[in-house]
Amino acid sequence: MSEYYKPLPKQTPTSRPFWEAARRHELILQQCGACRAFIYYPRDRCPKCFSDNLGWERVSGRGKVYSYTVVRRASSRVFADAPYVLAIVELAEGPRMTSNIVAAPEDVRVEMPVQVFFDDVTPDHTLVKFKPA
Amino acid sequence: MSLKGKAAAIGIGELKPVKEPGDLTALGLTARVAAEAIADAGLEKKDIDGFLVGVPFSDPGMIYPASAAEVLGLNVRMLNQVDIGGASPAGMIWRAAAAIDAGMCSAVLCIVADLNKVGDQRPPVISVQREFEAPYGNLGANCGYAMIAHRHMYEYGTTARQMAKVAVDQRSSALKNPLATFNDKPLTIDDVLNSRMIVDPLHLYEIVSPVSGGAAVIVASPELAKRAKNPPIWLLGAGEYANHSTITYAPSITESPIKPAAEAAFKMAGLQPKDMDLACPYDCYTITVIVTLEDAGFCKKGDGGPFVMEHDLTYAGDFPCNTHGGQLSFGQAGLAGGMSHVTEAIRQLMGRGGERQVKGAALGYVNGNGGIMSEQSSLVLERKS
Repeated sequence: MSEYYKPLPKQTPTSRPFWEAARRHELILQQCGACRAFIYYPRDRCPKCFSDNLGWERVSGRGKVYSYTVVRRASSRVFADAPYVLAIVELAEGPRMTSNIVAAPEDVRVEMPVQVFFDDVTPDHTLVKFKPA
Repeated sequence: MSLKGKAAAIGIGELKPVKEPGDLTALGLTARVAAEAIADAGLEKKDIDGFLVGVPFSDPGMIYPASAAEVLGLNVRMLNQVDIGGASPAGMIWRAAAAIDAGMCSAVLCIVADLNKVGDQRPPVISVQREFEAPYGNLGANCGYAMIAHRHMYEYGTTARQMAKVAVDQRSSALKNPLATFNDKPLTIDDVLNSRMIVDPLHLYEIVSPVSGGAAVIVASPELAKRAKNPPIWLLGAGEYANHSTITYAPSITESPIKPAAEAAFKMAGLQPKDMDLACPYDCYTITVIVTLEDAGFCKKGDGGPFVMEHDLTYAGDFPCNTHGGQLSFGQAGLAGGMSHVTEAIRQLMGRGGERQVKGAALGYVNGNGGIMSEQSSLVLERKS
């Protein structure tokens, strides 16, 4: 197996539960105990109401493609395996996240339903990606 | 409180961008363009008592303003870096006016220069973008604007031909701009659509080209402006807004923070978009112009595509827009790309547009756009009759 050479997420104390859940193949999001908003990416206070009463909830992993692009030429050499589909996924619970849709580029559409999957890119790192539902 | 009529642009400097930086340095270009702007304003270096500067990607460093001021040999009463991406140059103009109005200084050198290369020290990327964007390949600006374009096409039916028209009309104006990087041959819509697809749906000719260059504006107090050698171009209105950095986390990716920025600028000026004689919206990509024209109020939301087809955006047209060619034809020398919209508006309002002069231009709108439709800074400028 060739060595993984792309950027890896460098965890912080704030984000560690998210990435540890991904390694267990679970998608969890912070939820604000005050305004009930789901939050992505992990924060120290709710970006909507600024409460620090934040907990973690397992979520459905369902979403839709809010928008996407097919990167045919990447601005960094480490993504020389272009084309790849970069997308903004709108999760069923509300937040949007940057991710990849792993599908044939010509099959991807705005508003297309997608489902989470977990890509174990290294023994220590799992990325949260999506495929057509 | 208002900045309306509290300061004026009295001089500009702008270098012809070059593709290959060769032996140039960002500080060297800064000195060249500073000298040009100070001479154009009819001032001497000792008259400059305020300094707003953008940090070049090719030579980033902390405590940059004092270091650059030292290289130029300036003694200043106000100095700072403006770090709001492509909105920095427009943002400098109102910050200069605010400092002048507050009595801190009287002649501010607003300046940006950069090279088309990364320096020894790469500009750092903030931790949250390294953690949540880079692993998925959300790198640089192309991807975000491509996703804006796709969503805009989905929501409003905007077409590839409509987006291409922006690049085509701006190129027509660039043919009359000796400073523009791409001023040798016209473009057609088919040329744009036949150029290489880089990030769907954006083609090569819809994306700015990095170049090396620099630009500067001198903003002066009313006292200095009244005895300036150039017609002073007054700041009538300014507005700024940001609600995200990475486009994924914007409330909407098709309705930008340009709306509140432009509304604030027009409100301060007591004017409306229809009063403008020319528009200089930031154009890192074709879609940026369409979204800006909508959100600044030049047309209804979603009508930007039909609007650019129905209007002639060239210097001779019914809606003169980015008459220097826009950055798409002028080239993007780092933050100096954003300054090109400011210098062009000032040049046109001063009546120095040469072969591409917009006849009778007295009022201009400028928008600076940073990051992925993130930081927005709008200006309304006037040449008083």
